[in-house]
Amino acid sequence: MQDVLEKPTTKAADVKVDKNKGKVKKVLIICSKGKLEDVYAALVMANGALMEGIQAKMFFTFFGLEAITKKHADHLHTATVGNPAFMPGMPTVVAGLPGFEAFASYMMKKEMDKLDIPHVTEFIQMIDAGGGEIYACKLAADMFHLKKEDFLDEVKDIITVGDMYTLAEGEGTQIIFI
Amino acid sequence: METYTNNGIQVEVNAEGYLKDMKQWTPELAREMAREENIELTDKHFEVLNWLRTKQQEGVPLSIRKVGNSGLVDIKQFYQLFPGGPLKISSKLAGIPKPASCI
Repeated sequence: MQDVLEKPTTKAADVKVDKNKGKVKKVLIICSKGKLEDVYAALVMANGALMEGIQAKMFFTFFGLEAITKKHADHLHTATVGNPAFMPGMPTVVAGLPGFEAFASYMMKKEMDKLDIPHVTEFIQMIDAGGGEIYACKLAADMFHLKKEDFLDEVKDIITVGDMYTLAEGEGTQIIFI
Repeated sequence: METYTNNGIQVEVNAEGYLKDMKQWTPELAREMAREENIELTDKHFEVLNWLRTKQQEGVPLSIRKVGNSGLVDIKQFYQLFPGGPLKISSKLAGIPKPASCI
């Protein structure tokens, strides 16, 4: 454990600062997938933006909605089938065995714990505490029969695609789609 | 290259404003650096700065989450104390290097 904690570099790279360049002021991160790694990519980027003083809004849609439901947020899985980067050489039949995906997801979460990466619900609380805003997609919520009370308390609202674009208004906004 | 004068000693910082020599840090210097960030340092700020300095010296990789679990401030208060990038700014004012943290 101690060994693992000491491994990450603690020295930040020297970043060239060009004050004339237009800065990123806001990011709108759209998360359309419910796989562990995709959801974490979205959460890390949103939280990372806030840490840099950049505004962050998140819009969860389709399977991404799983990540912000009270029921499933902390029980996301990684895909072991149809994911060639996961254990290259692993035959699909083996990766598809019952329980294999749960086991792989468990192992992945264990590694994340070692690196002090929070669980999804805590990550969402961190983003909320940092002033980030989290929204659910109306169309997808209707499709999956999800209501406001099914979502985590930090989810501000269920909004339309038009409302989502309003979130991105303003100079220096970037939209990121996952 | 920006420099500060602290008790008559020239203090050098890097391009991003972090102290080149941690040992040159004093609370007065922190106050002066904080004014450039439009922050007036209170006792609460100093509690956080001292905590960061201690942890950094212990070799602990710093993150917003760790500060949130420090028992001094929660994450929301941390953002309020150092608006516009709490870990980055507090580390700068604590005189420690910029933490290489993604969380």
